Amino acid sequence: MTVVLEQIFNGFQLGFVYALIALGYTMVYGIIRLINFAHGDVFMVGAFLGVFGYTSWRLPFPLAILVSMVMCAVLGVTIERAAYRPLRYAPRIAALISAIGVSLFLEYFCSLKFVFGPNYRVVDRPFAVTSFRVAGANVSNIQVIVAVVVVVLLALLQYMLFHTKIGKAMRAVSQDHDAARLMGINVDNVISATFAIGSALAAAGGVLYAVAYPQIWPFLGIMPGLKAFTAAVLGGIGIVPGAFLGALIMGQVDVLSAAFISSQFRDAVGFSILILVLLVRPTGLLGSRQPEKV
Amino acid sequence: MVFPAAAAAFYVVVRALTGAGLINDYWRLILDQSLIIAVASLGLSLIYGFCGQFSLGHAAFYGLGAYTAGLIGKLYGHGNLAWFAASLVAGALVAGFVALLVGLPILRLRSDYLGIATLGFGIIVKVLMDNSNKLIPATGGATGMTGTPRVADFTWIFITTVLVILLVRNFVYSRYGRAWVAIREDEVAADAMGANTTLYKTLAFVLGCGLAGLAGGLYAHRYPFVHPSSFDFLKSIDFLIVVVLGGLGSFTGTVATAIGWVFLLEGLRGVLGQAFVDWRGVVYALILVVTIILRPRGLLGGREWSALVPRVLAVPVGKGERRGGTGS
Repeated sequence: MTVVLEQIFNGFQLGFVYALIALGYTMVYGIIRLINFAHGDVFMVGAFLGVFGYTSWRLPFPLAILVSMVMCAVLGVTIERAAYRPLRYAPRIAALISAIGVSLFLEYFCSLKFVFGPNYRVVDRPFAVTSFRVAGANVSNIQVIVAVVVVVLLALLQYMLFHTKIGKAMRAVSQDHDAARLMGINVDNVISATFAIGSALAAAGGVLYAVAYPQIWPFLGIMPGLKAFTAAVLGGIGIVPGAFLGALIMGQVDVLSAAFISSQFRDAVGFSILILVLLVRPTGLLGSRQPEKV
Repeated sequence: MVFPAAAAAFYVVVRALTGAGLINDYWRLILDQSLIIAVASLGLSLIYGFCGQFSLGHAAFYGLGAYTAGLIGKLYGHGNLAWFAASLVAGALVAGFVALLVGLPILRLRSDYLGIATLGFGIIVKVLMDNSNKLIPATGGATGMTGTPRVADFTWIFITTVLVILLVRNFVYSRYGRAWVAIREDEVAADAMGANTTLYKTLAFVLGCGLAGLAGGLYAHRYPFVHPSSFDFLKSIDFLIVVVLGGLGSFTGTVATAIGWVFLLEGLRGVLGQAFVDWRGVVYALILVVTIILRPRGLLGGREWSALVPRVLAVPVGKGERRGGTGS
């Protein structure tokens, strides 16, 4: 029983990290209907920058996270300007291909020797790992830190979305671009802000991931990116609480299937559950069915 | 008659250049690979380019075909041509049959949701391939499968490609093709007009995946090493890139882009030289982004090589002789 409980705690740790990535996916999708394939790679860049922050640049850990978030926000906005904005009025698939291109670019550019290099790096943790007992199961301080950071960021996001002007503008643009523009909202700025916030959240996720699973390399973002995107779809893409719910489920499925079924079948179990859920609820767990119009 | 003549001329030229030693083994390898990719991409072109069903799991069917045909060739074929042909058919049938089983439930999903479901299916198949040696030891599982005889040469691959192009063209210009395009443009409207959308969508999916399986069979018989990582998510993305860059609704564009894209990938190795070979991925990605920004509708969106368009349809509206009735 203790083992199960410990695995569930591990599942929460992974699920919280997935949630930070999934939120970016779901916000971007909600606003411009784009599967931002480069998002997982922003997460990777965030992990590297954060680790450099507290090792090479000797910043305190919270500041390292913050610096990584700011730099990735800039990266996200740059990507949007360079690769997605020129395709705003093109067919949707064009922007998706562009996103794939950006994703490959980030992966291979970061693999270059003078950037991050192509190899795995083992990460030094910024603090010693200790554990204490909760209900007979071991909980590490990393798990607590991950949970605290994620909950704080989520609360900030929720506040921003529902109690600030930019949040209101985002919700308006996600409903209808043209109507929002008629109401005097600068749609381009809102889209940039969405990318900035989504990328910053992914960066925070990256740093936490690097601390929790201390090994990073330039292709780090692919699988967590796909999993987080799946989580967003599972919860109902475009819906913020859905992304969080989906991420927690994906985290548990990942950890529990690796622990109790087989680590080799871990990915297969997660995606099987996704397909089954989509067959029953084609727009995700919290999604509502859109009426079909011609 | 232009297309068969052009195809024959292309074949003769390549054979002559090979005979004269002007095309070395390396470039022959790339040429064969580009034709194989063209066959599989034509399959995705039917599914996505013509019928509008967003699939991100095409490589899974390519892999199913490769494993089926490769296994038959390895265990029973031993280089026998009849077995080779049979194994290609078997690869295509297995891929098509699995596509039928998967397609019937999941083709109900729309656009991006369908994409994600097929992506998930692709990853599941990849995991199964990694562990396939537990059921069939000869597949080699995660270490890859060796021992398939190298039977597929340029002639076989070329003939298959030409036949597949003709097959795709005949489908596209039949009532099936028109129904696919109607579904792509607006599924609800097509349904309302009385088209059996489930039937047509499933047909496109099964046929397209069958072509991927056929290409997989050729691949397994051309390259001695079949490995699960050759059929992962990134490979599916490759097919998608070919179809979109070629232009949706253009099989000419798909074939041209498949060949061009494979040559670009390999050509970069030569152009960049040893010192900059690490930059290959970066340059490839930049070319991809720049191309799609310059031509968001693909190179040949909706257009075809006129030699492949049936005569009756080639007469532009308003020109040429009017054949009775309105708008015919």
